[in-house]
Amino acid sequence: MNAPQPLHFVPPSFRERVDEAINDDELRGNFRGAMDFLMAKRRSVFDDEAELQALRRLGEHIRRRALSKLPDLLEQLEANCARNGIQVHWAETVDEANAIVHDIAMQSGARQLVKGKSMVSEEMELNHYLEARGIECLESDMGEYIVQLAGEKPSHIIMPAIHKNKAQIARLFESRIAGVDYTEDVDTLIQVGRNVLRRKFYEADIGISGVNFAVAETGTLCLVENEGNGRMSTTVPRVHIAVTGIEKVVEKLVDVAPLYSLLTRSATGQIVTTYLNLISGPRKPGELDGPAAVHLILLDNGRSQAFADEQLRATLQCIRCGACMNHCPVYTRIGGHAYGTVYPGPIGKIISPHLLGLDATRDLPSASSLCGACGEVCPVRIPIPELLVRLREESVRPPEAEPHAVAGQGARYSPGETRLWRLWALLMSRPALYRASTWLAARLRNWLPARIGPWTDYRIAPKPAPKTLHELVKARAAKRS
Amino acid sequence: MPATPPAKVYLFGTCLVDVFFPQAGIDAISLLEHAGVEAVFPQAQSCCGQPAYSSGYMDEARRVALAQLDCFPEDWPIVVLSGSCGGMMAHHYPKLFAGDAANEARVRRFSERVIEFTDFVVNRLGIALADLGQPEKVVLHTSCAARREMGTLTTGRALLARLAGVELVEQDHESECCGFGGTFAVRHPTISAAMVADKTRAIKACGAPNLVSADCGCLMNINGALQKQGERLQGEHIASFVWRRIGGEA
Repeated sequence: MNAPQPLHFVPPSFRERVDEAINDDELRGNFRGAMDFLMAKRRSVFDDEAELQALRRLGEHIRRRALSKLPDLLEQLEANCARNGIQVHWAETVDEANAIVHDIAMQSGARQLVKGKSMVSEEMELNHYLEARGIECLESDMGEYIVQLAGEKPSHIIMPAIHKNKAQIARLFESRIAGVDYTEDVDTLIQVGRNVLRRKFYEADIGISGVNFAVAETGTLCLVENEGNGRMSTTVPRVHIAVTGIEKVVEKLVDVAPLYSLLTRSATGQIVTTYLNLISGPRKPGELDGPAAVHLILLDNGRSQAFADEQLRATLQCIRCGACMNHCPVYTRIGGHAYGTVYPGPIGKIISPHLLGLDATRDLPSASSLCGACGEVCPVRIPIPELLVRLREESVRPPEAEPHAVAGQGARYSPGETRLWRLWALLMSRPALYRASTWLAARLRNWLPARIGPWTDYRIAPKPAPKTLHELVKARAAKRS
Repeated sequence: MPATPPAKVYLFGTCLVDVFFPQAGIDAISLLEHAGVEAVFPQAQSCCGQPAYSSGYMDEARRVALAQLDCFPEDWPIVVLSGSCGGMMAHHYPKLFAGDAANEARVRRFSERVIEFTDFVVNRLGIALADLGQPEKVVLHTSCAARREMGTLTTGRALLARLAGVELVEQDHESECCGFGGTFAVRHPTISAAMVADKTRAIKACGAPNLVSADCGCLMNINGALQKQGERLQGEHIASFVWRRIGGEA
């Protein structure tokens, strides 16, 4: 197997991208407004705290149960899909997955593909891969279409173009689509996009989609969407290819309803979406629509690494609602692109190290204040802050130390830093030593440096009090006796 | 009504209170004594170990945690002056020692005794707080870990509600992190700065002349930023504020 390639990890560094985002007032304003709106929407549809918590526990249970028997369920899914006429392909790496798509395209003589929203295809950089081979792959989700038109990547997993305001989109459409005048009228802008896409749905040879839930029991692929483009992509072209990570499997059809309810309410504050497609196979004899062939590609791309570790496995419970991003104070400040990974925000920080290795994602686990907002809103109760702490541990664990659970272990390991923490622990676990050092800090309070690294760029350096609490307590007791 | 308060408790000051906010510790002790509870402050205590834990240095965190365990031998409640340190001791210690046969049970018993200061005053002390101060407004900041792990938002509010002359005002985005996060503020200074800038803006916008918190990490961050901005407003530990309001001597 090839080492995971940091496909999406482009220079400049995380820190430089963060600084750029932080200094972009328009971008920060766009994110603050959008995230505040989404948080309020979510609150309004989860107005019964007891129901929310019960549903979260159910969602967590369903996902954990599915993951506990993942290999068996994947086999069951494959068998039932095959029975339904869906051709199942396995891909360990994104290269393999891309090659499978390309093969299918070659066999069916396809020149044009149209794609519904799919984060796994972003993971594969499928558009790029196909374009390099002379095949056009057009995004059909409005947000994805905007992002593709701008030559960018999605900045959010649910709302790919959330970083743009309508003026920016108006400028983009005016400059990139022939015959379009500048307008900030949202309905007109959407109509412009629809007109382009209608033609493409009709012309495309292959439709690509993601999968929200793959039901092992029935061999059904569930697709959640609002715009109808997912339905168009999966029914109009003569071939449909669905791509999904191996973790998206659920055991039973009845598992879908609670997860769907959690997904849509957490993501956009919708009780239901406009469409929930249940795809169980290609067009059958006598049916009027649907593709002649349906393919399902099951992609690993590092997921089995997370699966293998009892604690890290919880990462795979994710149903990709994006609520953790919407509620993350870091994501709100820097936006999705700064992360440099396909999945941004809190979920991105815990899944990307599996997809790309800790070497390529070394700055992500530490880029959290561990405030816990992500874990609090996660509809399937992924303990994201705990997993971040675990990944920090893996980052500073010596590269050779066992057990070797995450590729790139020790990416932040530094013998000097390790020695400092050992010294700190020694100081904190020897009472006399501790008291002597805090006593000294109090005595040196007026001689301590006024500048402490970047802390004092934005704050005054904290000054120790003239006497420590240990001293004051002692003096107080002496005075009383 | 709260259960009968214990006659004796331990006070865990935390390292930040020890060095930067020691008066908060003295005021907390005074307040507890005022309510008839003896607060014992073991001189051997230092830090809960959270900095190492959240940085991924588990062996070091365990070593410091074990040292604290030795400081509180009697079976009294351990009142902690910071919610996030309380969360570390109550919720993360058991995880740190899971599967460690020699310490697991001992750590669990220790963790069960940990209680955050405002929680203790509101739910375990049966005293009325006779507020002697002039009417004034106050804004409360709770650390994220504390509000989620220890419920300090509700207990902090309940404590302030017991002071007749004090009006609690809400800040915009109250539940949002101030950007401290221990080593986060050092490793990712610009993100942290953006967060604390928004937090101080929201706090200033309330117009309250008092800022209180039960978490000195946040206070160090917020106070430092306010001071850099040339503001006079400085946050104080809620124990000091309450003690002053009920007429206690500093």
